Amino acid sequence: MTALSALVRKDLVLYFSNRRAVLITLAAPILIAAFFGSVLGGPPKKPSRVPVAVVDLDNSAVSQSIARSITEDPSFEAKLQPEAAAITQVREGKARAAVFIPKGFGEGSTAAMFNPALPRPDLVIHFDPSQAVTVAMIKGLVTQHVIAAIGKAMSAGRGGAGFSTPFGISEVEVASGGASKYSAYAHSFAGMGVQFVLFMGIELGVGLLLMRRSGMWKRLRAAPVSRRLLLGSRIISGTAIALLLLIGIYAAAILVFGVRVEGSIIGFAAVLLAFALLASTFGLLIAAVGKTPEATRGIAILATLLLVMLGGAWVPTFVFPEWLQTATQVVPTRWAIDGLDAMTWRGLGLEAVAQPVVAMLACSALFAWIAIKRFDWEE
Amino acid sequence: MLQATDLHKSYKDVVAVSGVSLSVGHGEIVGLLGPNGAGKSTTISMLCGLVKPDSGSVIIGGERAGEDASAVKRRIGLVTQEISLFEDLSTLGNLQLFGALYGVSSSVLETRARETLELVGLADRASAKPSTFSGGMKRRLNIACALIHDPEVLLFDEPTVGVDPQSRNAIFDNIETLRGRGKAIVYTTHYMEEAERLCDRIVIVDHGKVVASGSKDALRQMLPPRATQKAEITGRITEEVRAFLAARALTIDETASQASLEDVFLHLTGRQLRD
Repeated sequence: MTALSALVRKDLVLYFSNRRAVLITLAAPILIAAFFGSVLGGPPKKPSRVPVAVVDLDNSAVSQSIARSITEDPSFEAKLQPEAAAITQVREGKARAAVFIPKGFGEGSTAAMFNPALPRPDLVIHFDPSQAVTVAMIKGLVTQHVIAAIGKAMSAGRGGAGFSTPFGISEVEVASGGASKYSAYAHSFAGMGVQFVLFMGIELGVGLLLMRRSGMWKRLRAAPVSRRLLLGSRIISGTAIALLLLIGIYAAAILVFGVRVEGSIIGFAAVLLAFALLASTFGLLIAAVGKTPEATRGIAILATLLLVMLGGAWVPTFVFPEWLQTATQVVPTRWAIDGLDAMTWRGLGLEAVAQPVVAMLACSALFAWIAIKRFDWEE
Repeated sequence: MLQATDLHKSYKDVVAVSGVSLSVGHGEIVGLLGPNGAGKSTTISMLCGLVKPDSGSVIIGGERAGEDASAVKRRIGLVTQEISLFEDLSTLGNLQLFGALYGVSSSVLETRARETLELVGLADRASAKPSTFSGGMKRRLNIACALIHDPEVLLFDEPTVGVDPQSRNAIFDNIETLRGRGKAIVYTTHYMEEAERLCDRIVIVDHGKVVASGSKDALRQMLPPRATQKAEITGRITEEVRAFLAARALTIDETASQASLEDVFLHLTGRQLRD
């Protein structure tokens, strides 16, 4: 056994001998990813219905037709309500919005249909501000029902069937390109895997600080081994541990939650390996810049949470403002998550991971370089 | 075997060691004594290549000691003040690790590990983890890890801190055995009785400087003799002896013949190791 293999073996044995800690390290990302994956869509399924209240203050044929077609729309879970009850439901969060059809709406809207000079009546939507993102969807669907009801009313008595949207919309999901469809679990496992493997990196870094405090590091340094070998062995063992954890997390994702590597298997392995190296050098960086284990752990956890948040581990980066989407391209976790997304649900080829892998390797090299430069060798 | 000459080390404005020199021959134990902060640990760190001296030199077996991967380090065994063991590695796992770090081949390692564990009285605990050991057992395994590569020079930095009399006694026996095998040993301690028992020569440091060095007898002679001289009589004091001494106005200090508290403790509890 060489000095390098002995040091690496020692780190692996010590890490995996604490079975309870390893189990928690594996279970935590799996459980949280399962939760996020389930909440944010999970495997392909029917979209949930949007609860809305409909208040018909007009009580005309047109308004009754609008109310009826809204309540029959499978996109809505809609009920006709009195005015006060509808507002209460929105206030209590039981309905996302209340659609008020004001008095005279049927007559006014029908008259204004082909005469822009006439005043247009307002349909009022009272919405829950915490659910503002759904208001646009509700407006669009309600508009469709209103136009159909007015058209029907205008052609009534003329033997017509009214008018409707003169085109249809087909939806085609662009994910893997294969038969499989998007699963939110693929993204949530990428995010939580990245987060918890970085936490493992913190523990490795703090572990080195604890070794220094206990005199263990001094004892290792007394042996005839180079500084490069001591730090290099930590990088190798950290990478191996991170890789094994990622494999464990993705094994659960694939076997239990139906996540599939739809893209290149080699590309997927390359992203895992590059990120494992990144997590390991991140741990070494923490050990190099940290002073006490206690303070370092707190700061490192904060830094990690920022990294994973900005990397899109919690919510996909496309919901970020545009400037933030651009800014987060320098965050290495973004490359890891984008790379894992590309190889799982997006089903892209090997060429799609070239940029993420190179970016992560460059970050790893930078972290290792700073760590080696900053490492305190004075005992 | 070990020759340190005019070692100096400062940390910013604080002088830790200033002009310390010492030498240790084969089969010799040199005690490095001094109060806390005197510079003992810094001196040990310089001797084993952990700290680079600002000036001065350390020669081990004719070779200048260096840092990091210096081959001279293979000739040194360090027993640190702290217990430097990986608690979740087995006893054998710890020995294999340190053996590999010092370049001991796998074929030699097995025999060496067995011999070393026998020496420190842990032969039957090879597969146990140090996390299950008492403080004394850990201290002895700490020593075994420093012996696994069969070094010529051994540096003991307060190796008996926090151990029971049985383990301390066993550690002393180990160190004396190692002296018998020709090892050059530097031993730092706060306890004068340890230095009295083990050391052939003593170096006393304070404020980073050597304030005295020499054999135990030579150091004792540094102070003026007391007005009352004492002689030790070994054996039973008969009535004739008492009468003989009384006739010459000589008194007997009966307490001088009493055993030490440690002697009593070991007599009552035995010298057997309590693991």
